Amino acid sequence: MKYLTEYRNLEATKKYLKLIDKTITKKWNIMEVCGGQTHGLVKNGILELLPDKVQMIHGPGCPVCVTPLNLIDKAIELLENGVIICSFGDMIRVPGSTKSLLEAKAEGGDLRILYSPIEAVKIARNNPDKEVVFFAVGFETTAPANALSVLHAQKEGLKNYSILVSHVLVPPAMEAILDDEFCNIDAFLGAGHVCAIMGYKAYYPLAEKYKIPIVITGFEPVDLAQGIYMAVKQLEEGLHVVENQYSRAVKEEGNVAAINVINQVFEVGNREWRGIGEIPNSGYVLTPEFKAFDAELKFGISYIKVLENPDCIAGEILRGIKKPNECSQFGKVCNPSNPLGAPMVSSEGACAAYYHFSNNLE
Amino acid sequence: MNKEELGFDTINLGHGSGGLMTRDLLDKIIFKTFSNPFLDQKHDGSIVKFNGPTAISTDSFVVSPVFFKGGNIGSLAVHGTVNDVAMCGAIPKYLTLAFIVEEGLKIEDFIAIVASIKEAADKCGVQIITGDTKVVERGKGDKIFINTTGFGEVNPKANISTDNIKVGDKIIVNGFVAQHGMAIMSQREGLEFESTIESDSTNLNFLVNDLIDAFGDKIHLFRDPTRGGIASVLSEISKDINKGITIHEDKIPLEKQVAAACEILGLDPLYVANEGLFIAIIDSEIADAVLEQMIKDEKGINSACIGEITEVHPSKVVMHSSVGGKRIISPLIGEQLPRIC
Repeated sequence: MKYLTEYRNLEATKKYLKLIDKTITKKWNIMEVCGGQTHGLVKNGILELLPDKVQMIHGPGCPVCVTPLNLIDKAIELLENGVIICSFGDMIRVPGSTKSLLEAKAEGGDLRILYSPIEAVKIARNNPDKEVVFFAVGFETTAPANALSVLHAQKEGLKNYSILVSHVLVPPAMEAILDDEFCNIDAFLGAGHVCAIMGYKAYYPLAEKYKIPIVITGFEPVDLAQGIYMAVKQLEEGLHVVENQYSRAVKEEGNVAAINVINQVFEVGNREWRGIGEIPNSGYVLTPEFKAFDAELKFGISYIKVLENPDCIAGEILRGIKKPNECSQFGKVCNPSNPLGAPMVSSEGACAAYYHFSNNLE
Repeated sequence: MNKEELGFDTINLGHGSGGLMTRDLLDKIIFKTFSNPFLDQKHDGSIVKFNGPTAISTDSFVVSPVFFKGGNIGSLAVHGTVNDVAMCGAIPKYLTLAFIVEEGLKIEDFIAIVASIKEAADKCGVQIITGDTKVVERGKGDKIFINTTGFGEVNPKANISTDNIKVGDKIIVNGFVAQHGMAIMSQREGLEFESTIESDSTNLNFLVNDLIDAFGDKIHLFRDPTRGGIASVLSEISKDINKGITIHEDKIPLEKQVAAACEILGLDPLYVANEGLFIAIIDSEIADAVLEQMIKDEKGINSACIGEITEVHPSKVVMHSSVGGKRIISPLIGEQLPRIC
């Protein structure tokens, strides 16, 4: 496949790994922000190929991992009350406070697993006597399609379609991590797909304020090795600028058409992040014009205090303070069949990536 | 047979009552299609004779959608069980055939499925010797479920057992992985995407039997990696034999379109279902000869040696990635779910 095989090339990956080795003089902690990058690093065995001086810290960029428990419980409650819930696949096994969406489906709920939210609009059109709710989770990456579903529903005059919004934004999360007293991160690999939509201008002030290199990076082995090399090079040279490794997909200004769709439907607002807490201005909420499509308002949502499993250290994992194998429950009580927390569910969750691909390698 | 001759459009509860309507359905479709000396007795069961050890395997088929590119639930129900019998080193001879039909199934769909069962059974060289038809109320099934049980005579030259696997044995597959699962996925409601990916559903009994005839007990194991894909089957084998398995990412046959579809949906092809694929674990000294023979067969044109049995990392499957890294291949947990982004 064009633009894929050449980025899975052994020689090119090795070239960058050698350059990292040659350039590095001291230990650096680099956080890959996106769960897709964590998955790529672990799946391709790149973590072991890196010199010991490079410590990769896994970031919060796993959309289902940071979706608040309250919203999962709300989706389950709606499902149990006859609402058709449409969701991306990896959300459905994430544990709520008593069960997951998949378990609620087994008990009789009408849960549809979709690849695109536009399908949910079709389901609403075909089921006019039912309420249809799309569980709109994700970072900036999924926001344009989710926003587009609302525009389609509005155009068709559908009154039975709404979305349960849990959209979060990457730059405020990076800032929250940098403000954390335990933060020990020296550089970031910026999330390539998020920047493909949003561009990377928003990262300039971050790099400047915190004196930290940010390299917008892709997901294939060559991308990751090159991105890490660019970060190491900046660190060794004492630089802290925004660079774009993923230039085949990312432009500085982003995807203008997609941003316009987002801005028509969403505005920035406060959001709660599972495992991290509320971060001001860290997510999207529907604009006043589209409030009729807000499932939270339509059905009411009660913010009962729900408790996470006390043995789960997902918060520390998501903030990069601990690694999955430093958790006492990892691979024992907590595994993908019986996840204590969300990072063990999605393939982009750091715990699941460690469990599947690198748990006790030899 | 068409629906005008039958005089009904859909299957209803009466067709599973055991009364006249059942008889009508059996006479006009089932007995007529599958007529053979066993079935023509119209008895409760059939009496068959086997020469020596007999392999028996049963499987239920619940695929949705019922019709997919490259086959339907009928051909799948034949191939699936025939292949399971063949994996035991046996020559499949007989099949049982049981339907659970949801009322309201269109009769033309039922006729098409039965015709496809007949065609597949003829190709496999098996006879349908007994069966059953039940009808359940609407909402209590999903159009049609099929159970088949297969019986086969074990090839006297075969000695298929995990006990025979030793360090150094080679792991061979007969073609592209993940074809069936991705063909089904591409037609699932909500996940549809345009592709020409076809299921690999086919019978493997002749190819497998030819290999046993040629290489006998140097072939240590056959397995067909259906649900859970090759990852799950290899994980199971490595645990069973308490030895390591190493596979090489760049050796695994993967068709371009399937690879692209897996990328889009965020699926790992190693975990996607196959219905016309087998894994052979064989003595390393015959590896070249086995491959040479397999690629001459139309069902083995894309055969490849993907790995070997190792002393190191016992009970674990480790894949060497195409960029020089290593990763554990763990068994599939739950259903494979498309990722968000």
